[in-house]
Amino acid sequence: VKFDSGVLLLSTHRLIWRDQKNHECCIAVPLSQIVFIEEQAAGIGKSAKIVVHLHPAPLNKEPGPFQSSKYSYIKLSFKEHGQIEFYRRLSEEIIQRRWENMPTGQAIQVNKDTQAGRIRAVGIVGIERKLEEKRKETDKNISEAFEDLSKLMEKAKEMVELSKSIANKIKEKQGDITEDETIRFKSYLLSMGIANPVTRETYGSGTQYHMQLAKQLAGILQAPLEERGGIMSLTEVYCLVNRARGLELLSPEDLVNACKMLESLKLPIRLRIFDSGVMVIELQSHNEEEMVASALETVSEKGSLTADEFAKLVGMSVLLAKERLLLAEKMGHLCRDDSVEGLRFYPNLFLTQS
Amino acid sequence: QAKYKERGTVLAEDQLAQMSKQLDMFKTNLEEFASKHKQEIRKNPAFRVQFQDMCATIGVDPLASGKGFWSEMLGVGDFYYELGVQIIEVCLALKHRNGGLITLEELHQQVLKGRGKFAQDVSQDDLLRAIKKLKVLGNGFGIIPVGGTYLIQSVPAELNMDHTVVLQLAEKKGFVTVSEIKSSLKWETERAKQVLEHLLKEGMAWLDEQAPEEPQYWLPALFTELYSQEITPEEAKEAIP
Repeated sequence: VKFDSGVLLLSTHRLIWRDQKNHECCIAVPLSQIVFIEEQAAGIGKSAKIVVHLHPAPLNKEPGPFQSSKYSYIKLSFKEHGQIEFYRRLSEEIIQRRWENMPTGQAIQVNKDTQAGRIRAVGIVGIERKLEEKRKETDKNISEAFEDLSKLMEKAKEMVELSKSIANKIKEKQGDITEDETIRFKSYLLSMGIANPVTRETYGSGTQYHMQLAKQLAGILQAPLEERGGIMSLTEVYCLVNRARGLELLSPEDLVNACKMLESLKLPIRLRIFDSGVMVIELQSHNEEEMVASALETVSEKGSLTADEFAKLVGMSVLLAKERLLLAEKMGHLCRDDSVEGLRFYPNLFLTQS
Repeated sequence: QAKYKERGTVLAEDQLAQMSKQLDMFKTNLEEFASKHKQEIRKNPAFRVQFQDMCATIGVDPLASGKGFWSEMLGVGDFYYELGVQIIEVCLALKHRNGGLITLEELHQQVLKGRGKFAQDVSQDDLLRAIKKLKVLGNGFGIIPVGGTYLIQSVPAELNMDHTVVLQLAEKKGFVTVSEIKSSLKWETERAKQVLEHLLKEGMAWLDEQAPEEPQYWLPALFTELYSQEITPEEAKEAIP
């Protein structure tokens, strides 16, 4: 029997399912009825599931969709994910058994179920044994994985120690280590994911990899930048580049480290950091200060504008629109009116009409 | 000049050579580990957490670079970096509704919806780790503990301790009043009002002046009724520049 398309809710006492289309349809299972739960991984054409094994129904069971069933379990099918969190929470509730401490508003006969009336069918014992074996097998796999992981981490730790010792040597003998060696060292650190402990840096925290990446970015971003008025936030760049890649994505740090090298490599795009901390990539030919002049015109035409309004007018993201208006303000062209209705910018008449 | 290439540097060179060799060996070990347990990391969020914690303990960041061994061989990088993109998209799409504040729960739900049925499941811990990595892009991403969960900030608005504490107070009911702030936190009216006004200006709070006793400041991020609301096509366009 299937109940499709619904919302599954977990309380301290019950597991409740409500039909998404027909809100009148709502069924529940008391948590006290649950013997054991297990996860079933998703497969091709199959969604991930949680199997809930139940005690046989007590004689005073409230009316439900069925009086009886030949199965002693129900399956919860997670077609749109969420099974990891749900499994975790359901396990917690089952372990804590809070329904035993808290009286409910309804006549769920908790005491009766947990003490005397537990008639265990023979089938249940067999299932429990199989589940126990499976659990042991899984545990063995997990513990083997953890063991291997620990051993691996031991080796990784040695690498960290070695890199610290090298970094110390480099620091002590500043000036004597060749650029080549520095570059090699940095690439080793990059491979291991160890933060660069050397304070004196030739190319920011960049490596050969980041240099190449910087050059690639200059190529990839030329057209998108031109389409967007010469400026993009680093967040936009991150999404754009990674969506295009599909695989072997850039980490946020990869992107930042590559962009830090743009200037020194004399590439046609550059990194700029606004006072607010917002980071953008601009075309070298882009001049934000000139854009401020045209922003001032736009604001003057309309009398006053908020960042949202300006963004819509000009076709920019709100984030960058705000930065441009703030820059205009910093340069003295605009004044702000900061009220609860929002931040509004006016042409600075004190400057122009003195 | 060559004479001054002191012993210290020669030692460093030797150590570099040693590191290079050990690195190769480590790479082999990692490959072996990956061939046995790569699936475990993919499928088991608890194992992922254990893995991340152990890396942190020894001073290694497996997510620092897509070019790192960890990312290349275990595939952890792509998983988290792609998640980062999805998180950014959801936050951008919903920013006009909630001012750039969203609960971890709602973010989780929306991300799962966006990923679709056939994608691998992600846990809340996964989201938090991805978000921590995003901060470096200068976009104002932040994680604010409230109640038993977290609010995720995705705009470069300044939120100091005062703001955070008021958000935490508001978490219980989804709104807060000046009186509540004064009695719970023992603040002066002026301080409470300043904080609330800042939240209003940032679009993170809405004012309900029609409330019976006194004005209520509601946080859209905490409205549970909005949770299952789909992202509209207009909102989705906001998300993709």
